[in-house]
Amino acid sequence: MTVGLLYDSTRCVGCHACSQACKEQNKLPGEVQDHTTAYTWTVVKEHEGAFVRQMCMHCLEPSCASVCPVGALHKTKEGPVVYDAKKCMGCRYCMLACPFEVPKYQWDRAVPVVGKCIMCYDRVKEGKATACAEACPTQATVFGERKELIMDARERMRANPSGYQDAIYGIKEVGGTGVLMLSGVPFASLGLKTGLPEEAPPMRTWQVLSKIPDFVAIWAASLYAIHWITKRRDDVAKAEGGE
Amino acid sequence: MDTPVRNDRFRAGFWTVLCALFTLAFLVIAVLRFTKGLGAVTNLSDRFPWGLWIGFDLLCGVGLAAGAFTVTACVHLFNLKAYEPIVRPTILTGFLGYVFVIVALLLDLGQPWNIWHAIIYWNHHSVMFEVAWCVMLYTTVLSIEFSPVVLERFGFHKVAHMIHKFITPLVIVGVCLSTLHQSSLGSVYLIVPSKLHPIWYTPMLPLLFFTSAVGAGLGMVVIESYLSGRAFGRHLEMDLLAPLGRVMVAVLSIYGLMRIQTIAHNGAFRDIIGLTYEGKMFILEFAIGVLAPVILLAIDKVRNNPTGLVTGAFLAVMGFVVNRLNVSVTGMERSAGIHYIPSAMEITVSIALVGIGMAIFALACRYLPIFPDAKGAKRSRRPASPSPDLVPAEEGR
Ligand code: SF4
Ligand code: SF4
Ligand code: SF4
Repeated sequence: MTVGLLYDSTRCVGCHACSQACKEQNKLPGEVQDHTTAYTWTVVKEHEGAFVRQMCMHCLEPSCASVCPVGALHKTKEGPVVYDAKKCMGCRYCMLACPFEVPKYQWDRAVPVVGKCIMCYDRVKEGKATACAEACPTQATVFGERKELIMDARERMRANPSGYQDAIYGIKEVGGTGVLMLSGVPFASLGLKTGLPEEAPPMRTWQVLSKIPDFVAIWAASLYAIHWITKRRDDVAKAEGGE
Repeated sequence: MDTPVRNDRFRAGFWTVLCALFTLAFLVIAVLRFTKGLGAVTNLSDRFPWGLWIGFDLLCGVGLAAGAFTVTACVHLFNLKAYEPIVRPTILTGFLGYVFVIVALLLDLGQPWNIWHAIIYWNHHSVMFEVAWCVMLYTTVLSIEFSPVVLERFGFHKVAHMIHKFITPLVIVGVCLSTLHQSSLGSVYLIVPSKLHPIWYTPMLPLLFFTSAVGAGLGMVVIESYLSGRAFGRHLEMDLLAPLGRVMVAVLSIYGLMRIQTIAHNGAFRDIIGLTYEGKMFILEFAIGVLAPVILLAIDKVRNNPTGLVTGAFLAVMGFVVNRLNVSVTGMERSAGIHYIPSAMEITVSIALVGIGMAIFALACRYLPIFPDAKGAKRSRRPASPSPDLVPAEEGR
């Protein structure tokens, strides 16, 4: 079972209730900013009258978790991608790697940690919806099982074909995401990243990393062989030279 | 008794003072960084999380230390005994390079006191995890390889001899670790297909990083032989170094062809011909790092002339630095939507680290038996029967 969120831009009224609820739920200091930061994990942006939420997409194969050297970020079996500040050493590779530029950093702190939406993992484990979904007055954000959310989204598109773009954002982007989005205008004009690869980026590094053990074995053996040959040639030359 | 190389021309002159000033500035910035946070001293931001300290200090620091594994492999695995005289200085350079990288990382990491977490929390899907382990292990290998020099200095010849017994496996381990993480620094960027500009993004990144590190590492060997030669009044060992120039031509040519091929494959020539920002930076990188050194060093007369050889090597190293900065900064700027220019404090730290590294190298050359013959003017090959004072030195490989 993988849970996720469905965000329907056409239902969003831009009230920022989700951003506010997120602050309260996760005890994030300060006011809601106009862009995501380490202290504001989700924002609602307006693009020519259409709204779009920005937050962690909870990728099915998250780049952030795959690159984290200490496993401070990890994909839970339920679906949320969570963060363990105690493990993190602050390399910020997750920030570089995330195709959606989600993880943010506390640049102003002497002991900084990464900040990003964790899909209210504590609530999810208890079987509750996320704080943002619960706070949403128009059900523009709904929480549920990813499969059902997809069916729900298809249903909405079928009921109102002219009102929606003919695609669900997050079905195939970077191998699929836990957060799905519907929109009435082209995704690009909402500022969403388009043209992302369909293959999950972690596959690309894994293709290389997984070959390392074989490579090392062969390489070490060849190096030893070369050493043996050159040394023997030297010894033979010495013996023949009558030294 | 080993005679440490004496440098009679040493003065507490301009360079010493400059180095001291930079060290002081470095300490002040370090204090600021640990009390006020990364944002206070760097121009890094949520949009640009990796800057000069990763692009220059880490990527270039590791890459330029590549001379160490190349030369140790030549001497101990390929049995090219002629290169023995430069094994010690290149191992020292390599070791200092890694120390430089580690110090830089301690500043760049948000929580450097957690750096040891890589030892206990494993994520073998992470390239950075692999790099961390390789750097840890390889720094250890380098220090073991270098330890006989220090041991000899203080008269522990027995221990030095014991280490010598294990030199072949040690060198093999070192070469494997180097191959791995030199290429892994390229793999680091495999995760950003949608962010790194197509002039630089390619699945071949690991291979390209490895090849260019070998080229530039050899360039560093030439440069450091030249610099220490000047400082200690030794002759440049042209009969040794000129062939390295020839190898550089081969390595850089292969590298250059691979680069062209990947760019063609990505259809990124448009940017180069169109002279976009990225295109210009590529031309700079390629001209000074590949074309110029290949052309220069391919000409016998230039390669066999000390100035020509050093110029070629220097260009290759500079081109290498530009390449690493292009991958880590230039190529990432468009997707980040901002221009990143390192802050004065970031630059100061990088310069200070280079300066401190060079100072330590110079000191080590003065007080440790780094160079086999103090005068060095006539390097002899001493084949079967090394002179007694050289026996321990032979073990330092
Ligand atoms: S959107 Fe970014 S931070 Fe969120 S799971 Fe995907 S890679 Fe990780
Ligand atoms: S900054 Fe922390 S969470 Fe992000 S990759 Fe580095 S160690 Fe992992
Ligand atoms: S799921 Fe939870 S953590 Fe994520 S944006 Fe909504 S409220 Fe915030």
